[in-house]
Amino acid sequence: MQLLLKKTKELENQIENYLDIVLQGGLCFKEGVKYYLREQLDDFEKRLSDLDRMESDGDELRRTIESSLYAQTLIPESRGDVLGLLESTDRVLNTMAETLLQFSVEIPDILPDLHQAYLDLTDASINAVEALVQAIRAYFRDITAVRDHINKVQFHENESDKISEKIKRQVFRSDIRLSHKIHMRYFAYHIENIADEAEDVCDRLAIATIKRYI
Amino acid sequence: MIWFFLLSGLFLGWSLGANDAANIFGTAVGTKMVRFKTAALVGSVFVILGAVVDGAGATHTLGKLGAVNAMAGSFTVALAAGATVAWMTKLKLPVSTSQSIVGAIIGWNLFTASPTDLNSLTKIISTWVVCPVLAAVFAIILFKIAKFFLNRARIHLLELDAYTRLGLILVGAFGAYSLGANNIANVMGVFVPASPFKDVHLLNFFHLTGTQQLFFLGALAIAVGIYTYSYRVMTTVGNEIFRLSPVAALVVVLSESLVLFIFASEGLEKWLIFHGLPPVPLVPVSSSQAVVGAVIGIGIVKSGGKGINFNVLWKIASGWVTTPIAAAVLSFVGLFFVQNVFQQEVVKPVTYEISRPVLVEMQNEGLPIQNLEKLNGRVFYRTADFRRQLKSVEKSSEKQLYRIFNLAKVDTIRIDSVLASREMDPQWFNPEQIQAVKKLHGKIFLHHWQLAKALVKESDAWKPRTGKEAAIFNKDLKKKLSYLFQLFRK
Repeated sequence: MQLLLKKTKELENQIENYLDIVLQGGLCFKEGVKYYLREQLDDFEKRLSDLDRMESDGDELRRTIESSLYAQTLIPESRGDVLGLLESTDRVLNTMAETLLQFSVEIPDILPDLHQAYLDLTDASINAVEALVQAIRAYFRDITAVRDHINKVQFHENESDKISEKIKRQVFRSDIRLSHKIHMRYFAYHIENIADEAEDVCDRLAIATIKRYI
Repeated sequence: MIWFFLLSGLFLGWSLGANDAANIFGTAVGTKMVRFKTAALVGSVFVILGAVVDGAGATHTLGKLGAVNAMAGSFTVALAAGATVAWMTKLKLPVSTSQSIVGAIIGWNLFTASPTDLNSLTKIISTWVVCPVLAAVFAIILFKIAKFFLNRARIHLLELDAYTRLGLILVGAFGAYSLGANNIANVMGVFVPASPFKDVHLLNFFHLTGTQQLFFLGALAIAVGIYTYSYRVMTTVGNEIFRLSPVAALVVVLSESLVLFIFASEGLEKWLIFHGLPPVPLVPVSSSQAVVGAVIGIGIVKSGGKGINFNVLWKIASGWVTTPIAAAVLSFVGLFFVQNVFQQEVVKPVTYEISRPVLVEMQNEGLPIQNLEKLNGRVFYRTADFRRQLKSVEKSSEKQLYRIFNLAKVDTIRIDSVLASREMDPQWFNPEQIQAVKKLHGKIFLHHWQLAKALVKESDAWKPRTGKEAAIFNKDLKKKLSYLFQLFRK
């Protein structure tokens, strides 16, 4: 039995590791935004390079997992679903890495009054990512729990929408240059987008889960 | 010539392997859960094991339906069955070898005017109806158990996948074993009474009867069918008919295998009788219909029966009627040609005699004999003549006719104590039984039942029993008697 499960266990670990990377990427993003707003730019750049590395590690691991799923003709019925899940999760990781990179490139000037709102928005989006990772883990091991985690993702996505809307309203009602307004809105939009991507993965996950019920 | 005649049975075996192996490994191979190489190897080995070890039970029931006793007859019957299967498959009608062979045997009975054992026929036909229903019931129960367990066990998707693969191979092996045990009767059953093989003993513990050698040959043909043609059928079955999750597919195959096993296993029959439960008739059933039954069972659990395709059900039910009739007609016509055009003996002449002892025995069995008295002292050399004469003096039912035929059949037996000590296996017969046979040395019996009666007179060891476990003992007793009939036949 051990021999039978050896390859399976290896792949199982790879999938777990991949999800760990996504989770850590989220935390890294959160820290990065925090340091940026506090203007601790060295710490911020450190988080950015960490996230960048995670993103490329994640890509590589994902490709390994996908090719072994096909090479060993594992889970023929759910292979397509798992592949789709991994790829759309990768998009979440990419969006986080790109957004943090944009902070570094464009150095947006966030009004101090809005710092807390941006931190809240980041929190809500990363909470959605964390719930997503839990949902995917549940898909593999405990499908009855998937629904609860999906609900959490949807809740956090909703929160991020609300916070983002609040930020945008406040930005456009303040007395600053239009270009500055648009720049701030742009960053609110991108942070919020992380939660949207997470929700997209959940939509796929919900269908894949129905298919997994025997 | 014997080998030529066996060809039609081997053809039937080949088509069984090509088609029915897909009912066992179709989903597994079609969905790429199991490689075809693995499936073919496991399937072939276990079909052969099942046929040789457990194939006798269902064959016995089929043999009682009609004892095709001449090689050319067996050839034609198997050919008619095979042709019916091929023909109906071409017309895309659901078909099963089991139903086909039963029809073909009845065709032989009609052609040769031999009596049909209605008891066996009812048993067989009711089993056909029970088979898919039972498969559905098994599928419902197993599916619920699997669902209950899997929703709580929290097995990782990938581990579940590995277990399912292993399960598909193990259940596939069991399924192949059951298929061999249950369906070898269809392939080789009609050749048993005319079998050219002699029993083989090797080193005292390895014992292979002539029938088992015949089954081995038939099972080889099935294995060839699996290797040469089943891949195509498997990929079709795997991708078109089922769209089930792997676990549901496993449940379907397990249910089907259980049904085939239940209707084939003598061991299970003994166990049931031993525990005072009603025994299951051992009858060849259709694996395809068992599969359809099981899939419907899953449909019932999943959607409350909303998705059941009544067209499919109707098609199955119509197959119970059309297949045997088509096979019977084909067999009848085929026998006519083989006998009259090719001048082959399709039935060995059996002699019947109505004598005083026979009439007395009939009376003991409660058969009406007043009108049969008219035939007292007459001997008939042809089955058809005997049937006509019987019909002219007494309006007997087919059931009564079957008994009369059995009692009046002449099969001269001469007991030889030397032969008895040499051939009667002391591990099978107990010393008292052997002693009783030896005591009858030199005696000649015209009818089977006379020897049975004489043996009961000699020793209680030959007496049928009553009470618990009696059914097992009596069945074995019948087997021993028919062994004696063959051994001492003049």
